[in-house]
Amino acid sequence: MNGRQIGDVILDLQNISLRFGGVKALTNISFDVKEHEIRAIIGPNGAGKSSMLNVINGVYHPQEGRIAFHGEERRRMEPHKAAKQGISRTFQNIALFKGMSVLDNIMTGRITKMKANFVEQAFYFGRARREELEHRRKVEQVIDFLEIQHIRKTPVGRLPYGLQKRVELGRALAAEPTMLLLDEPMAGMNVEEKQDMCRFILDVNDQFGTTIVLIEHDMGVVMDISDRVVVLDYGKKIGDGTPDEVRNNEEVIRAYLGVGH
Amino acid sequence: MQFFLEVLIGGLLSGVMYSFVALGFVLIYKASGVFNFAQGAMVFFAALTFVGILELGVPFWLALVLAFGAMVILGIATERIVLRPLVNQPPIALFMATIGLTFFVEGLAQAMWGASVRGLDLGIQDEPIEWILQATDIGVSKFDLFAAGVAAVLVTALALFFQYTRIGRALRAVADDHQAALSIGIPLQTIWRIVWAVAGFVALVAGLIWGARNGVSFSLTFTALKALPVLILGGFTSVPGAIVGGLIIGSTEKLAEVYLGSYVGGGLDSWFPYVMALAFLLVRPEGLFGEKHIDRV
Amino acid sequence: MLYREAGQFKASYAADQQIFPIRQDRIGIMILLVIAFIAVPMLASEYWLKGILIQFLVFSCAALGLNILTGYAGQLSLGSAAFMAVGAFASYNFMLRIDGMPLLVAFVLGGLAAALVGILFGLPSLRIKGFYLAVATLAAQFFIVWLLTKVSWFSNDSSSGVITAQDMVIFGYKFASPEAKYLLVLSVVSALALMAKNMVRSSVGRAWMAVRDMDVAAEVIGIRIMHTKLLAFAVSSFYCGVAGALYAYAYLGTVEPEGFNLDLSFKILFMIIIGGVGSISGAFLGSAFIVLLPIFLDVIVQDVFAGILPPSIASNLQLMVFGGLIIFFLIVEPHGLARLWQIAKEKLRLWPFPH
Repeated sequence: MNGRQIGDVILDLQNISLRFGGVKALTNISFDVKEHEIRAIIGPNGAGKSSMLNVINGVYHPQEGRIAFHGEERRRMEPHKAAKQGISRTFQNIALFKGMSVLDNIMTGRITKMKANFVEQAFYFGRARREELEHRRKVEQVIDFLEIQHIRKTPVGRLPYGLQKRVELGRALAAEPTMLLLDEPMAGMNVEEKQDMCRFILDVNDQFGTTIVLIEHDMGVVMDISDRVVVLDYGKKIGDGTPDEVRNNEEVIRAYLGVGH
Repeated sequence: MQFFLEVLIGGLLSGVMYSFVALGFVLIYKASGVFNFAQGAMVFFAALTFVGILELGVPFWLALVLAFGAMVILGIATERIVLRPLVNQPPIALFMATIGLTFFVEGLAQAMWGASVRGLDLGIQDEPIEWILQATDIGVSKFDLFAAGVAAVLVTALALFFQYTRIGRALRAVADDHQAALSIGIPLQTIWRIVWAVAGFVALVAGLIWGARNGVSFSLTFTALKALPVLILGGFTSVPGAIVGGLIIGSTEKLAEVYLGSYVGGGLDSWFPYVMALAFLLVRPEGLFGEKHIDRV
Repeated sequence: MLYREAGQFKASYAADQQIFPIRQDRIGIMILLVIAFIAVPMLASEYWLKGILIQFLVFSCAALGLNILTGYAGQLSLGSAAFMAVGAFASYNFMLRIDGMPLLVAFVLGGLAAALVGILFGLPSLRIKGFYLAVATLAAQFFIVWLLTKVSWFSNDSSSGVITAQDMVIFGYKFASPEAKYLLVLSVVSALALMAKNMVRSSVGRAWMAVRDMDVAAEVIGIRIMHTKLLAFAVSSFYCGVAGALYAYAYLGTVEPEGFNLDLSFKILFMIIIGGVGSISGAFLGSAFIVLLPIFLDVIVQDVFAGILPPSIASNLQLMVFGGLIIFFLIVEPHGLARLWQIAKEKLRLWPFPH
């Protein structure tokens, strides 16, 4: 549990419905996320969790519903605008740039903060050079934080799965986000790696105050580190509250044990 | 009006010629997902080999069989040496390998048989058919009609082959999903060899028709390039699409050249099919009959 | 023993970010530049200067352009020769129709004209990917060559579009001798190569590679796909355009649109495949290879096989070797000569120890 001061609502989702052709991915979902908290989204496979994250950062556009981020309301958001507004994310199947090194991958996370244009960069002096060094410094801080100094020049495609996930987290962190969306950050990790990842997530929330929205299957982790939990099943919300409340929710138990569907 | 019809029919029939080359592409793409840019070079190789063998004094039908044999060998060699090592690479790498193959096959063909232009006589002349000319005053070339007839027979044979024979079914399975096909026991290598052999046969037919029409020369390799817009219009995986695409490209190309060409000094046919294909790509990227490509996020 | 990095510690990020962080590399490139700028003009024969080196440099520039577009940004293009043509003809027209137009400015304007055309034909890349885009670039290739041939204004009303480049004069000095032309081209191409290297290791280069590797993720981290792709087309076409202008002015003297045909586009593509896709030095290695190979083959065929094989075999052999090498490189070392060079350097670090 963290002693973070949990603030006001920064993300408010109302009546979100998302369809792909005839398939209803999300039906009438409403919940909110408060500043500085760790909010988990859980649910059986296919419940719509990843779709929910995709809606939040604009990769999918819901047919119905409203989203308000930092009080500003919008229905349609483009991914790169979400990035500019301070939302970063990781993906379920790692979406790193396999052809680039760890350092370069994390540097791409800083791209929204770089102002020099390509001509200045072609001459590599003045503002372009300064920016490059400045951002390198920031990125090295992220690298130190995630303890991946030894692999900074390695092409990402050559790294083992667990390290790739860490690099992806690094790329998301490099943007200094206000809100971090993590899609199964611990999938496929062993116990040690999971502990490390947990520690990083808690540290990020603790040290930088980043709000975290997290999809995770490991119940132990979820109950341990989240402030509040949303439960989805078949695209509908069936639970919303603190871990304890959700743990004792009848419907949630039914969804996971599969009784009488 | 008559002139328009004449141009239109001429264009349709020349479109059939493009379809021949496009068919070879479709076959290989359907079965192995490889876009064989070298198909045009193979048409050239087939035609040149046939003519070369003929010049050695071998009778017509035997030369045909031998040329087909050469194509089969070429196809199998290609699959073995070029494609199998590249199986895991992204499709772009395979495509670029077939570009390299184009140059290799061109060089090989000319090294074997010399580079002079040859004529190819199939016994059918490029003259207007008398009774049609008399009746309607429209000139329809005997040869063009013959080519269309051969195309029709070929396409029907291929369609029947794919639909109704066991091997045809296996080919379709392989085209759909290599892994799944392997897991039910379809011998991938054998299938690919069969596909390349069939494609080689189609290349031979195309080579004969084109060679009889325009003479057997280096420029045959560029027919491959013309087939590209055909494939884009018709869809890469569709045999009827290759025909329809060919008809559309052939006719619009001719019509544009004749009716618009005078305003701009001619030569439209060098780029018109491509611009058309480009327009199509923007509106309907999978072509008229192709399968839609879905990107997983 | 020679190539050890031991003892070379980087004390600042600036030191780490250098183009040549290893001291031996820095020495190496210095030597190379001295040879290129000083030794070659003094020692090389006219044949080498006129026939080979200038050609090598010009094509290196075009290969740089294509590498930026295809190697770094992942947009396959079969139309690079057409953009060279735009550069050549645009420069020619600027020099022709504007009195007192400085030569280098004309080259830059030619490059910019090519860049604009590049953006236009790059627009489909926003909707089409991969090899379909290649077909779209074919449309550009054929259309541009046709347009330059048919519209006689481009070639000052000469038939079949032939143009003869004007003399190259900068501040009154006429670049007429092979040495002078060589040095001019060398300077321009070196400057452009440096700029390309700078771009590629900055955020614009990373944006290109991100779009190449996974454009969905790139969008999510804030990269504007449209801008990035069109910028790649623009910069790439600029390089090809300048290369085209240099080709016309410093190498051929007289050009026609047909000289920038599909064959040339393929040649440039081969340069980057063999040299190394996504590598600045690869552009030079590939260009050297493609320029020197025909000469090398000619020598072999004539000296070794003289009298045994007919002369026409030589050109066919060339085709076969080209094609075979493309396939060979794609199978064995998809990252081309540049990667082989890197591997050699790594072995050098350990030399004379085996591992």
